Amino acid sequence: MEANTHFPDPSQVREELIQRYPTKVAKKRAKSIIVNDPQIIPEVQANVRTVPGIITQRGCSYAGCKGVVLGPTRDIVNIVHGPIGCSFYAWMTRRNQTRTESLMDANFIPYCFSTDMQEENIVFGGEKKLKQAIQEAYDLFHPKSIAIFSTCPVGLIGDDVHAASREMKEKLGDCNVFGFSCEGYRGVSQSAGHHIANNGVFKHMVGRDNTPSEGKFKLNLLGEYNIGGDAFEIERIFEKAGLTLVSSFSGNSTVKQLENSHTADLNVIQCHRSINYMGDMMETKYGIPWMKVSFVGAESSAKSLRKIAEYFDDEELKARVEAVIAEEMPKVKAIIDEILPRTTGKTAMLFVGGSRAHHYQDLFTELGMTTVAAGYEFAHRDDYEGRDVLPNIKIDADSKNIEELKVLPDPELYNPRKTEAELAALKEKGLEINGYEGMMKQMTKKSLVVDDLSHYESEKLIEIYKPDIFCAGIKEKYVVQKMGVPLKQLHSYDYGGPYTGFEGAVNFYKDIDRMVNNPVWKLIKAPWEKAGNGAALEATYVTQ
Amino acid sequence: MLLRHTTKEVKEREGLTINPAKTCQPIGAMYAALGVHGCLPHSHGSQGCCSYHRSTLTRHYKEPVMAATSSFTEGASVFGGQANLLAAIETIFSVYDPDIIAVHSTCLSETIGDDLQQITRKARDDGKIPEGKHVIFASTPSFIGSHVTGYANMVTGIAEQFAVSTGSKKNQINIIAGWMEPSDMREIKRLSKELGVNIVLFPDTSDVLDAPQTGTHVFYPKGGTTIAELQSTGDSLSSLALGSISAEPAAIALEKKCKVPFETLDMPIGLRATDRFIMALSKAGNVTVPDEITADRGRLVDVIADMEQYLYGKRVALFGDPDQIIPLTEFLLDLNMKPVQIVSGTPGQRFEKQMRQILDERSPETKFKNGIGADMFLLHQWMKNEPVDLLIGNTYGKYMARDEDVPFIRFGFPILDRIGHSYFPSVGYSGGLRLVEKILTAILDRQDRDALEEKFELVM
Repeated sequence: MEANTHFPDPSQVREELIQRYPTKVAKKRAKSIIVNDPQIIPEVQANVRTVPGIITQRGCSYAGCKGVVLGPTRDIVNIVHGPIGCSFYAWMTRRNQTRTESLMDANFIPYCFSTDMQEENIVFGGEKKLKQAIQEAYDLFHPKSIAIFSTCPVGLIGDDVHAASREMKEKLGDCNVFGFSCEGYRGVSQSAGHHIANNGVFKHMVGRDNTPSEGKFKLNLLGEYNIGGDAFEIERIFEKAGLTLVSSFSGNSTVKQLENSHTADLNVIQCHRSINYMGDMMETKYGIPWMKVSFVGAESSAKSLRKIAEYFDDEELKARVEAVIAEEMPKVKAIIDEILPRTTGKTAMLFVGGSRAHHYQDLFTELGMTTVAAGYEFAHRDDYEGRDVLPNIKIDADSKNIEELKVLPDPELYNPRKTEAELAALKEKGLEINGYEGMMKQMTKKSLVVDDLSHYESEKLIEIYKPDIFCAGIKEKYVVQKMGVPLKQLHSYDYGGPYTGFEGAVNFYKDIDRMVNNPVWKLIKAPWEKAGNGAALEATYVTQ
Repeated sequence: MLLRHTTKEVKEREGLTINPAKTCQPIGAMYAALGVHGCLPHSHGSQGCCSYHRSTLTRHYKEPVMAATSSFTEGASVFGGQANLLAAIETIFSVYDPDIIAVHSTCLSETIGDDLQQITRKARDDGKIPEGKHVIFASTPSFIGSHVTGYANMVTGIAEQFAVSTGSKKNQINIIAGWMEPSDMREIKRLSKELGVNIVLFPDTSDVLDAPQTGTHVFYPKGGTTIAELQSTGDSLSSLALGSISAEPAAIALEKKCKVPFETLDMPIGLRATDRFIMALSKAGNVTVPDEITADRGRLVDVIADMEQYLYGKRVALFGDPDQIIPLTEFLLDLNMKPVQIVSGTPGQRFEKQMRQILDERSPETKFKNGIGADMFLLHQWMKNEPVDLLIGNTYGKYMARDEDVPFIRFGFPILDRIGHSYFPSVGYSGGLRLVEKILTAILDRQDRDALEEKFELVM
């Protein structure tokens, strides 16, 4: 399908984007800027180092590990081992809503814990201070779990957070203490931190609680972090459909849920990039298949529910899912019918995260809008091109230093939820089990795909395409808006949301309608600027 | 009860900081560098630092905050970051074309021992710095000091690396701004103009972090102290450093390099600190204070006198940065209020000394603490033991205020959930008036909210 919107020639855009770079940089960036063809997916250079000096959207490994994956679990005390800044900046700045059952249930999300390393700890080592901090946290809060996060200097001076954690775990007895080597310099972006977090959660949490979980259709929701209450909406839909959510990783989750998650019969993955490792590892060790889903968009939510029902292959469930969709859709339709005429034909650009730039295109499609350019901040080639390319991805030095867990079937707990024949039958029906076809297949021909977009490129893209809306994060927000283009934050949702499920779709439609049709964008120029030189002066003459 | 785990019992902690009242050096350096015209801050370390600092400054100002990073990965961390910084300098000048790159270090580059002076020298020798362009630097390891120290270090770097003494004096006074808002810097310039004193204010983030919406993104907005102005600071008659912790080190550096004498003042927050600023500036510029300024002052005193019954004896807890909360504490005492619990995460003995001077006579029972262990968790515990009528501090204070049901005024850095701080000054007499208005509004709103129906007043 070719978009009906008039595109500038994308190959020329690509040339313009790299023109100003020094030769070596231009050569490198060119491989990450791709003109899409959904039929023959081109190769995208991704998950490679950012050129020093480039103003990038990216963050670090620590941000991915502590900030994204572990942050939302409410009852872990997350101690950041390092100087104060790292812990301070991740202190509630990512939105992770959580709802405890009672007012006094553990919730450490509003707290920021740090060892506040000083120069003497850098010179003489900080393990002693770390152990002291763990003890103090235990004495004050008696949490079920304490997680330790290593920051850059910790890796350099060689503090062994894992040994310290083991020692303290033994000493405390009833508190699970474990560490993460997620120093900021590991890997090339947040992505390394996600992998490290997955490994840690898999090793230290999953499988610790073998209490059989109740429910007929039990699943885990992976890669959902409950920004703006997204998980709440998905939980609402699951409950209505008769699905039992054993654990979500990790929005609105608890230690107990994560520890019991291996008792589910299906893993559904929202954010492929941040958690696909967990899906694979749980399949190998416990025999739980995974499926890529998206609850971003009303149609996508319906589609995902149907996929889940198909997997469980139960007529009653299928009927219930259809009933839920039938009940929810009219509300959505009423709103979209009203908004559609105001949004149809408009264009969007998305440069966020490692799956959001894909998922949110569904919502824009529902709004009659075209995504003219998109890309990820920290994705890998499989997120763009689909998992079929996995065997062809070259492992470079920056990925090699991230531990690859050797996972084997658990001698007691391995229990394949579907036989080979059943899996084959599901695949036959078009159900993608343990697979993901990536973002590019869904994007129009000649749209532009840019990995690790730089600030310079974003300004150029806006100048050339003049999109009606740009989706990115806080660092980009005001730059883009200064150019007269509204920016929708898709990390924090501009403090709106939820955007998942049926209610979320309605929220998003309304927000986008409000943003692209806001009168403020037409008020940027003062009347005397619009009228051209001398207009105000002429008016004066008239009154005379 | 969002902070439901905060205990009333205070136990000494040695290892664990909880809810810090400070953050790390590089963000201060980044903010200071933005107050120089045509300057692109550069973070020498891994990407996360730069990303976090840009995000926090952006959330506080709701404005573009541009900065580049050396993008360290493991290789650079092992072999040193020289190659990254050299490559960065080349990329930045060709893509973003700044007049100045202001490099600050991070705990990563400091721990591996990268020498910024040597690397920038090499960049010049290798021809990577175009003619007429500058690369300046400041050492800002995160495991020393706080964001305030980082600000001071970068301002010192700016002074040291630009100031030139030509031998002929200029009729101007340097004003070295401590960590304050763009609105405050604008107010300092306005007051100096009204006084009739020529000043060079640096750094100066007004017109940078409060830029107008024009439909065009200007990469280097019109604000910021220019290179010519910075160079001329070496020929100024004298310097006034506004803030002993965030501004004085730069004044000392200027004195050392160019023999410009200096005086250190409190940041002009509140009545008496502004009085001292006006006196010092009129003296330094050899001018008399115009009646307009005296009238401004009179208006502030008038409002305080008129509303004194609502201020008297109100117990205040506050936290924040030393150069701001030292004069604020003095102002609260002048308002006849009781600042009873104070924490400031920034370490250093100056705070203790200055606080003692202010508090010993009028409120010796006030609890205050700074540096390691002076975190918001401790302040919250104090509040639980001895309740207060008002809490003043940055946005993070809203959790304590909600749990303890205490009126709350946002003041300091960062403020992530309200606007105003960057548009309306807190310094000078007009800043004092704004503070009094905010304090009164918080207290009177509370009185209205809590009043019994028969005690609900129309006129207050």
